[in-house]
Amino acid sequence: MKQSKYKGWLYLLPAIIFLGVFMVYPLIDVIVYSFEEGYNFVSQTSTGTGLYNYRYVLHDTYFVQALKNTFVLVIITVPVSTGLALLISLALSSVKPLRNLFQTVYFLPYVTNTLAVGLVFMVLFKKTEYSDGMINLLIHFFGGSTVDFIDGPHWAKMLVMCIYTVWIVLPFKILILTSALASVKEDYYRAARVDGTRPSRIFFRITLPMISPMIFYLIITGFIGAFKAYSDEVALFGTDLNSAGMNTMVGYIYDMLYGNSGGYPSFASAAALILFAVVFTITCINLMVSRNNVHY
Amino acid sequence: MKIKLDHVTKRFPNRNKKIREDVIAVNDFTFDIPDGKLIGLLGPSGCGKSTTLNLISGLEMPTAGRIYFGDTDVTDLPAENRGVGLGFQHYALYPHLTVLDNITFPLGNLRGAEKLTKEQMRAKAMEVAKLVQISELMERRPSELSGGQQQRVAIARALVKMPSVLLLDEPLSNLDARLRLQTREELARIQKETGITTIFVTHDQEEAMSISDLIVVMKDGVIHQIGKPQEVYDKPCNLFVAKFLGTPPINVFEGTLKKGTLYIGDEAVLDVKLTENDASDDKKAKAKQADSDRTVWVGIRPEGFVPDAEGPLSCSLSKIEVMGRDTSVVSTHPAFVGTTIRSIIPSEDAAGIEGETVRFRLKPAKVCLFDHETEETIPFEAR
Ligand SMILES: Nc1ncnc2c1ncn2[C@@H]1O[C@H](COP(=O)(O)OP(=O)(O)OP(=O)(O)O)[C@@H](O)[C@H]1O
Ligand SMILES: [Mg+2]
Repeated sequence: MKQSKYKGWLYLLPAIIFLGVFMVYPLIDVIVYSFEEGYNFVSQTSTGTGLYNYRYVLHDTYFVQALKNTFVLVIITVPVSTGLALLISLALSSVKPLRNLFQTVYFLPYVTNTLAVGLVFMVLFKKTEYSDGMINLLIHFFGGSTVDFIDGPHWAKMLVMCIYTVWIVLPFKILILTSALASVKEDYYRAARVDGTRPSRIFFRITLPMISPMIFYLIITGFIGAFKAYSDEVALFGTDLNSAGMNTMVGYIYDMLYGNSGGYPSFASAAALILFAVVFTITCINLMVSRNNVHY
Repeated sequence: MKIKLDHVTKRFPNRNKKIREDVIAVNDFTFDIPDGKLIGLLGPSGCGKSTTLNLISGLEMPTAGRIYFGDTDVTDLPAENRGVGLGFQHYALYPHLTVLDNITFPLGNLRGAEKLTKEQMRAKAMEVAKLVQISELMERRPSELSGGQQQRVAIARALVKMPSVLLLDEPLSNLDARLRLQTREELARIQKETGITTIFVTHDQEEAMSISDLIVVMKDGVIHQIGKPQEVYDKPCNLFVAKFLGTPPINVFEGTLKKGTLYIGDEAVLDVKLTENDASDDKKAKAKQADSDRTVWVGIRPEGFVPDAEGPLSCSLSKIEVMGRDTSVVSTHPAFVGTTIRSIIPSEDAAGIEGETVRFRLKPAKVCLFDHETEETIPFEAR
């Protein structure tokens, strides 16, 4: 018995070493950094320990901006993309002919290169010397005036950002939800039909609870993904996100480390831990809410 | 409610592209189900029983033919509007709902004047739950129930809205012998009390015989016989029905009709007079031919054998099984189709049976004759 206990650990050893070196140690290091005040990157010395880094970051207008942007992005894109994906999947599973074609079309963005997607968005939204972009053409058509989506007002940029994010995450969610819908046994619907159940009641009392684990999964991963958003912002607005006012939390952390204004691992660490705390809290709330509403 | 099927046929397209033929699950069904009766739909696996129920419930649309409830043609009415109660073969209980919520689910669909409060629904659910003995399981999820318990929940759910037509697909298949007996009595009682026209599917002939007012015997999508259980048992219309009903099954011999006498092997067992009165020339010719030699199948119910030292049929005795009230005599005979003849006799008559052979006299009412080719019944009278 005793021997087999050691054996178990032995088998786990490679994984533990790997996780220790690449996950646990950096994590601890980040925590340590975040409390070291006046850390000098070159001499690797600090002037003391305390909460100064946190205080600095929380008072930094760029950080506050990034925090706001991230929250707006999360709060808008997660529900919208999940809801939209659900609608599209429902529509997909109710059409018989051409279903495969539609499924492929909806899945295309997932296998498309991010840069190509960015290019498409440029065509849609960017104002150039030659054109105001497709969306502006539409706005003109309905009698509106030109909006500069890429270098214009903050709300316009946020709008583009949200649409972009929703568009990027949609295919995966549709894929997950269509297979979840397909896995609900036909017999339940037949039973409900015989009992004269209205379609809305079938949806809310049968379909939704049956696919709730998958929806829950999508919401959790959606939240986490949106909190970690960064590269999509760069693709649309370039690397100087702070001056564009479009930075996100991860973007801020990155800039603190490597950006033009970078070289502050202590501030970056503090910001990273704040992000961690936020994501952790949200996930806990999600789990608590799900306990009553998700049926496995 | 009276149900009438009028030449109803259901074909399923065959998925196998090589075989172009459709699967005919239900072939030209025509029958009337009187109001307020309990009907047993009986047949071997895959004969189209579930499909028949689905057609009546509206879940499947017939390829041809019409279906009537009372005097209304419901053929084109979708399942939602037919208002039947259907208990599924595989229960189809909603896994995320408790037993109580499962049972009240159909009630939640009622609108307008029929709308019920939560308490009313609960009361109704408790009532039917008591009928099927699941009152103490109301807070559980289906996954926490045994197969038999799930089955009873399914019956309760089909019953709770007191539909005018109740369809149950193998409602008792998963119950143990005792509970099965009990539940089937219960089912018959509920049906009598409520007067709901009920069709239930089973492949257990005993179950169908014991509680049904009418049984429908089908095979390969075709109805073979409809009638009162005793009638179908005593006067099966063909060899299949005769074999399908009764435990132990009917004993089938190869026999010959010679000048009004029925021979099994070369023993004259019964004097018969054929009463075939079909108008068709074909049949007449056959009847005539019957006066000369005619090979037939002879079916004898186990209870049709009377031990008699002078009896005409001699079988070689294999063993005697005493089963309390009755005794089962197992024997063999060269003309017998199959391996062993099983006859059931009252235990007090079994005293004299011993040795190598046993001789029987036959009760004419328990003997059926079937045409050798068509396997249709040949009506006859004993002389
Ligand atoms: N959706 C379908 N598509 C194609 N064939 C089908 C379909 N449903 C049933 N069948 C065929 O129709 C025939 C009758 O099926 P059905 O389910 O009615 O049998 P059953 O009498 O209920 O059998 P069991 O006692 O095994 O439940 C079978 O041969 C089956 O393969
Ligand atoms: Mg079936």
